[in-house]
Amino acid sequence: MFPKPIEKTPLACRLSYKAGVWVALALWLLPLAAMLLTSFRSLTDINQGNYWGIPSEWMVVENYLGVFQTTPMGRYMVNSLMITLPTVIGALAISALAAYALAKYNFKLNVALFAMFIAGNFIPFQILMIPVRNLTISFGFYDTIHGLVLFHIAFQAGFCTLFLRNFIKALPTSLIEAARCDGAGEFRIFFVLILPLIRPALAALAVLIFTFVWNDYFWALVLVQSDGVRPVTAGLEALKGQWVASWQMIAAGSILAAMPPVAMFFAMQKHFISGLTMGATKG
Amino acid sequence: MQNFWEKNQVRIVPWLFLTPALIMFSVYVVYPIAQSLILSVYEWDGLAEEKLFVGLGNYIELFDDEVFWTSLKNNLIWVLFYLLSPPIGLAIALFLNQQGRVMRLVKSLFFFPFVISQIVVGLVFTWFYDPSFGLLNKLLLGLGLAAEPLAPLSSESGVTYAIVFAGLWPQVAYCMILYLTGLKAIDQEQVEAASMDGCSGWKMLWYIIIPQLRPATFIAIVVTVIGSLRSFDLVAIMTQGGPYNSSSVLAFFMYEQSITNYRMGYGTAIATMLFLIMGIYITYFLTRMLRQERMR
Repeated sequence: MFPKPIEKTPLACRLSYKAGVWVALALWLLPLAAMLLTSFRSLTDINQGNYWGIPSEWMVVENYLGVFQTTPMGRYMVNSLMITLPTVIGALAISALAAYALAKYNFKLNVALFAMFIAGNFIPFQILMIPVRNLTISFGFYDTIHGLVLFHIAFQAGFCTLFLRNFIKALPTSLIEAARCDGAGEFRIFFVLILPLIRPALAALAVLIFTFVWNDYFWALVLVQSDGVRPVTAGLEALKGQWVASWQMIAAGSILAAMPPVAMFFAMQKHFISGLTMGATKG
Repeated sequence: MQNFWEKNQVRIVPWLFLTPALIMFSVYVVYPIAQSLILSVYEWDGLAEEKLFVGLGNYIELFDDEVFWTSLKNNLIWVLFYLLSPPIGLAIALFLNQQGRVMRLVKSLFFFPFVISQIVVGLVFTWFYDPSFGLLNKLLLGLGLAAEPLAPLSSESGVTYAIVFAGLWPQVAYCMILYLTGLKAIDQEQVEAASMDGCSGWKMLWYIIIPQLRPATFIAIVVTVIGSLRSFDLVAIMTQGGPYNSSSVLAFFMYEQSITNYRMGYGTAIATMLFLIMGIYITYFLTRMLRQERMR
């Protein structure tokens, strides 16, 4: 253990460490805490400049209900879900297949294709922007949910393939050879043997991709324009102009937008972190 | 037929498995890159049937464009200051690397900023910086550190730093989690051996711990540099590149020229520049990764 476990230090040290941790945490999350508090404030509070104190009245239900009643926030949330969930499924499906091929078969171009998927992770979105926009328009998918979903699936396939390929590579090849000896076909091997084995990796990727795509703003801006399709990130931006000084509404909307990925993170923390830190311990 | 399949299954199947991903990736990633590179030598408003060939015209114009140089300079500021996040993340990771249920919760709460959308981060900080009611000014005025309210987002010289500061918040959280994972995998025997030799504190950190954290550091630096060059969301939500383009970055400049000003050719020339800059990192990362692959 480094640094030294705190239990092995004198009492005074331990107590000040504990206090220090909470103070640091409070400072670190101060901006978010302020936003949460503000989402409970009344308009009077906002007008009087009470942004950082305790709200004079608690408008919890009113503000959040207000967001849903007076703005398309509910629609935006549903749109985000309808974009995010199919993307997660689609990206995992095509990547799992590709990753298995790259991990366990020897053929020419194997390394080159793998390199292509890796490189795809790092390119700037702007180099794709205009052609992808034109393609989407020419497919007739501009301003539709599936237009956005198709692009996200393709782009996220880069990261998913990289991740899954490394995961599958680490599985013992002897398993596959034994299955082949028993006469199992290649498809059967993939679906019956490999797929169950890579479940933890799929879970890790699912939460990561969910978060990435839920939080995407750029592509929502480029490929979508109407309220009926807009995800929550672009929706918030649009509402920001509409609400101007109603910070309690902006705050409530932001909290709502942040909720699903945060819930996802807490529910699947272990998977989330193992996905995000791939390669941080070896390589 | 049956026989052919059985004989060649192992050779055909990988390609069947690869097909869906390859089609999607080619259509939406590979082909667009090529298209962008080609488009950058044309003048096009995105609507007209005909594209006007201008050769290197877009690039020549770019090098004369003040906003390009401002954006490039700002990207450099982003990279340099963003690179503070690995060391800060390491410091926080060392601070938090203790065991117990409570500490696990604390660690995840520290990681929080990375999970939420940059749009929300941008809104939070826009509000934090607000000259009339933002917390920053409440603190500065309250502590007597400033005589009058500051407006970081309306200051041409300070605005980029203010945005980068907001961006550091989630980025530090990311680096912290990389280092926390790295610290878990530290070789205990080495640490014990070193401490028996009387090594401790800073010396231990510098000579024993940090070298073992190299993989984490490598990833932290790569994602930080890529993240800083990709910066778009925060600029778009906090300032729209303003005041007077002073906070623009290449990614935002490109978007503005193409979508707002209908200059698709010029936009792709900007994107190409950004692509070339990132290409350096991509090549570096790829060669390292493939070299390790061969060593295995």
